[in-house]
Amino acid sequence: MRNLILAALCALVVVGCSSTPTTETGAPVEDKSGATVVPGGASTSGAGTGNVSGSNTGAGSMSVGNPLRDPNSPLSKRSVYFDFDSFVVKDEFKPTIEAHARYLQQNRNAHMTIQGNTDERGSREYNIALGQKRADAVKRMMTLLGAQDQQIETVSFGKEKPRNPGHDEAAWAENRRDDILYAGEQGAAERAQ
Amino acid sequence: MAACCALALLPLAARAQLTIEIVGGAGTQIPIAVVPFDGESNFPLGISGIAGADLQRSGLFRMVDPMGVTPRPARAEDVQPAVWRSRNADAVVVGSMRPLGDGRVEVRFGLVDVVKQQTLASMVFTVTQQQFRATAHKIADVVYEKLTGSPGVFSTRIAYITKSGPRYQLLVADADGFDPQVVVTSQEPLLSPKWSPDGTRLAYVSFENRKPVVYVQSLETGQRRAVANFRGSNSAPAWSPDGRRLAVTLTKDGASQIYLMNPDGSGLARLTNSQSIDTEAAFSPDGQWVLFTSDRGGTPQVYRTNIVTGAVERLTFDGNYNVTPRPMPDGSGFVYVRREGGSRFQLALMDYATRQVQIITQGPGDESPSIAPNSKMIIYASEAGGRGILAAVSSDGRVKQRLVAPATDVREPAWGPLPRS
Repeated sequence: MRNLILAALCALVVVGCSSTPTTETGAPVEDKSGATVVPGGASTSGAGTGNVSGSNTGAGSMSVGNPLRDPNSPLSKRSVYFDFDSFVVKDEFKPTIEAHARYLQQNRNAHMTIQGNTDERGSREYNIALGQKRADAVKRMMTLLGAQDQQIETVSFGKEKPRNPGHDEAAWAENRRDDILYAGEQGAAERAQ
Repeated sequence: MAACCALALLPLAARAQLTIEIVGGAGTQIPIAVVPFDGESNFPLGISGIAGADLQRSGLFRMVDPMGVTPRPARAEDVQPAVWRSRNADAVVVGSMRPLGDGRVEVRFGLVDVVKQQTLASMVFTVTQQQFRATAHKIADVVYEKLTGSPGVFSTRIAYITKSGPRYQLLVADADGFDPQVVVTSQEPLLSPKWSPDGTRLAYVSFENRKPVVYVQSLETGQRRAVANFRGSNSAPAWSPDGRRLAVTLTKDGASQIYLMNPDGSGLARLTNSQSIDTEAAFSPDGQWVLFTSDRGGTPQVYRTNIVTGAVERLTFDGNYNVTPRPMPDGSGFVYVRREGGSRFQLALMDYATRQVQIITQGPGDESPSIAPNSKMIIYASEAGGRGILAAVSSDGRVKQRLVAPATDVREPAWGPLPRS
């Protein structure tokens, strides 16, 4: 179910990108409808397996040779999900984390932000701390795998920027999440606002 | 950032105003008659009605109808106790409003205990029409204090956050919801507003830089400063009672830990030392302790640390989620948020003397409590009809109010200090 949602999200992202001039990888751009669009970047939210055939018309505009934008690269997976009240990284997300750690190790000028998020239950401030702990858990794995501390800033949005605005377990599961963003990219949580 | 602008208190359209509904009242209410002030009808805004509404909203008073008493008393010495006793009133408020010719108005008021047949208060104010509401709140404060023994909080202000679509605003309004003023507008989340003890500044957390950063903003000038903008997350500000120090939660050294700093961002010193989450600092009223939430024992619980000795003591033991401690200004205990089962959040009050816990709200989504400076009421964030609302409950759990603003989510209330007299 989650993969279906993410695939749909991904399709939306790719379609959105394809209609946007992709001249730079810098700051987000406000379009006239008020929605924020990220130029050129499939910057978000995992599951970018490239199997959204037909809608993936933006592929031609992606920078050739940048593995961060290759939907077939494990680096296109950008989200790590957590259990309730937990900051333990589950095995299924270790390949993603390993791929990013390897990229950081091989690209010492690359910098990323890991944004921790929580579901909507509980204290706002405690959730900021819990989201931070989730971001730190992923950062710790990456540094053990060869990334350098100063390449990764961990921050937390707590429950303030839910990707899924729902109030059920499916929404909560989607919101208990870290997002990985490289410098210049904008996150799914930010676009969802 | 362009997404956020700090404003020097611009007035809002009236429709954004909070409306206060009384949901439940105290067991015993003091029956009181508030007589329309002599000369009041010559002004667009009366004072007796505002003062009476304040008293009624507190839940501690029952309003006795003053209509039909002739002649209508305007001075304490005109009050005939027998007349009011026959209407079962224990106290009577009378007054007058007289223009002085220079645009100012002389407001007189008296409070009579018709049981003991004593005048409890008699005051005169010289004010402009712009000060009518403030004068009415001041009168209500005096009546409340004379009849209940605790200071009234009708002259205080509250800060709160609204979310309308993608827009977040930090507002300040009178305690009765009137006169909301925008302090900050942002396209990114705002949270955790905290009043400086002198009521001139607000500390708060803004996400406008794509991460939580703590700001301190002057309410007089609108000027603000990012006082905690370190690597990682910066959040959970709390003022010391003397206003000289700010506690904040920072992650610059790893885990979420509590630090103390001056309100301009200088003089940073680490307060807690754990490998766990330490956050949600709140100073005890004597300034000696900082209460906080920590998961160092495996689940989030309330602790306190002595800011001089560093001694740490756990304060909550019952349940597996006890967070957001807010010390009572009278030093008697603290309010906190407890989770019951998986996702029912209620306010609870722990009394230091007995270590007894009283659950004072039903939930299911109650959070962010803030206590009135007289320790009698607690304002907090709740939910109704799928939207965030503010609610208030007396510290004995009996008086309940809801504060509703149309078509917007309201959250993160912070009760301001008593005005300086």
